Amino acid sequence: MLDIIEKYPILGAFGMTIYLTFFSAIGALVIGTILAVMRVSPVGVLRRLGSFYVNTVRNTPLTLILVLCSLGLLYILEINLADPKSPTSIVDNNIRWAIVGLAVYHAAFVCEALRSGVNTVPTGQAEAARSIGLTFGQSLREVILPQAFRGAIAPLGSVLIALTKNTTVASIIGVSEASGLMKEIIENETGGLPVFFVFALGFVILTLPVGVFFTSLSRRLAVKR
Amino acid sequence: MDELKPDQVDPSEDSSRPREPMVVIEGVNKHFGDLHVLRDINLTVGKGEVVVILGPSGSGKSTLCRAINRLETVESGTIAVDGNPLPEEGKPLAQLRADVGMVFQSFNLFAHKTIRDNVTLGPIKVRKKSKDEANALADRLLERVGVAEQAEKFPAQLSGGQQQRVAIARSLAMGPKVMLFDEPTSALDPEMVNEVLDVMVGLAKEGMTMIVVTHEMGFARKAADRVVFMADGQVVEVATPDEFFTNPRSDRAKDFLGKILTH
Ligand SMILES: Nc1ncnc2c1ncn2[C@@H]1O[C@H](COP(=O)(O)OP(=O)(O)O)[C@@H](O)[C@H]1O
Ligand SMILES: [Mg+2]
Repeated sequence: MLDIIEKYPILGAFGMTIYLTFFSAIGALVIGTILAVMRVSPVGVLRRLGSFYVNTVRNTPLTLILVLCSLGLLYILEINLADPKSPTSIVDNNIRWAIVGLAVYHAAFVCEALRSGVNTVPTGQAEAARSIGLTFGQSLREVILPQAFRGAIAPLGSVLIALTKNTTVASIIGVSEASGLMKEIIENETGGLPVFFVFALGFVILTLPVGVFFTSLSRRLAVKR
Repeated sequence: MDELKPDQVDPSEDSSRPREPMVVIEGVNKHFGDLHVLRDINLTVGKGEVVVILGPSGSGKSTLCRAINRLETVESGTIAVDGNPLPEEGKPLAQLRADVGMVFQSFNLFAHKTIRDNVTLGPIKVRKKSKDEANALADRLLERVGVAEQAEKFPAQLSGGQQQRVAIARSLAMGPKVMLFDEPTSALDPEMVNEVLDVMVGLAKEGMTMIVVTHEMGFARKAADRVVFMADGQVVEVATPDEFFTNPRSDRAKDFLGKILTH
């Protein structure tokens, strides 16, 4: 068992998991916030576009989205996100497209978490903001969103945990993150079953603190009403 | 506040002269679904005038109040504030709202901001005052409504009466031309009602134009120039407080007064 752990770059594979999680989380947060703003905006077209995005993406399997990114956008449409002449072009492209796919997918869930946060803000406060002459954008920035984010911390934590685990899907488009390596080890080595538990433990070690952190953060930052 | 130019005469000083109009409501109608909540409302409120709106629950008082700063849209008729018809939306509407203060039944302070920041938000973002200027203004106004010691606290740490006085300070910080109050004391414990009414009476004495929906008859008698009685979406009666309370003309008003004055 120990020799297996020494033979394979297990830490490196989890490093890739963290790398994918980190960058797709940032992407998902940005896209998700924009979507949430669209969904609460007074402009009907934006509201409909926002809900169309959420309903479509949320109901599409992540595997399909990543395959679309890799086969469809990268190989068929040849949209490169990395310099095609570089020696690591294939690997880099796969990683970057995986981040895009993960971000696009989880943005839908970030949007819904934020919307539940917006719902924790009493409508009276939005009216008070408007009646002192704040524009829609200003009331959103100054009054609604700061409280919405605090109200959404716990559900955002759940999205981050799901995202961490969902990075495993990236292995199907050739990104060598933790689960990909696990599959490789189990296939190559005899008695590889304990390997499964090592990797499972790895994910628990990654996600458990996230859950604890977000729960305590949400308690600390909760807006007193 | 700083709106009064030296060459203008404060019209409230001479009650025999007709006041210049501040809020003019003409032929306003509104439905909620099948419900006709505002039926052909006509009402002019003069500069410096204090108008109390009375009427049974559901008669459209809140809707009328909210229509004056376009928190509710109307279907027909016009509403003008200081000679300007209400803009439809966007920046011009935001600018008009900055000139119309609104105090709600449920205070609606910004829960994530300190008391001082609640008051300075509008002056900084809308009036483009510097932070120092806005803080000085806020401290002056909080002093005036008697909550200066609470400036660093958050709304949830204050009593209802204190929160409502902060809400008044927040509106005053914009230097409004007119203030709307929608049942400002209805959500308060009885012992806190007077601290809020006292602030409002003070404002009225200083010549603020005020439209106040309230069931506080004491306030109406003490501060109102006119009482407007509404029922079923209509203005049924307009009179001085004295006339209205001692000699109501309509049966609806007699009935209403009978109900609220007996307890
Ligand atoms: N947003 C709304 N949607 C539907 N009906 C409403 C809404 N707001 C108020 N109403 C109805 O309009 C009528 C007048 O309401 P309101 O102006 O709040 O009366 P008041 O303030 O005099 O009690 C009531 O019957 C109320 O139920
Ligand atoms: Mg009401």
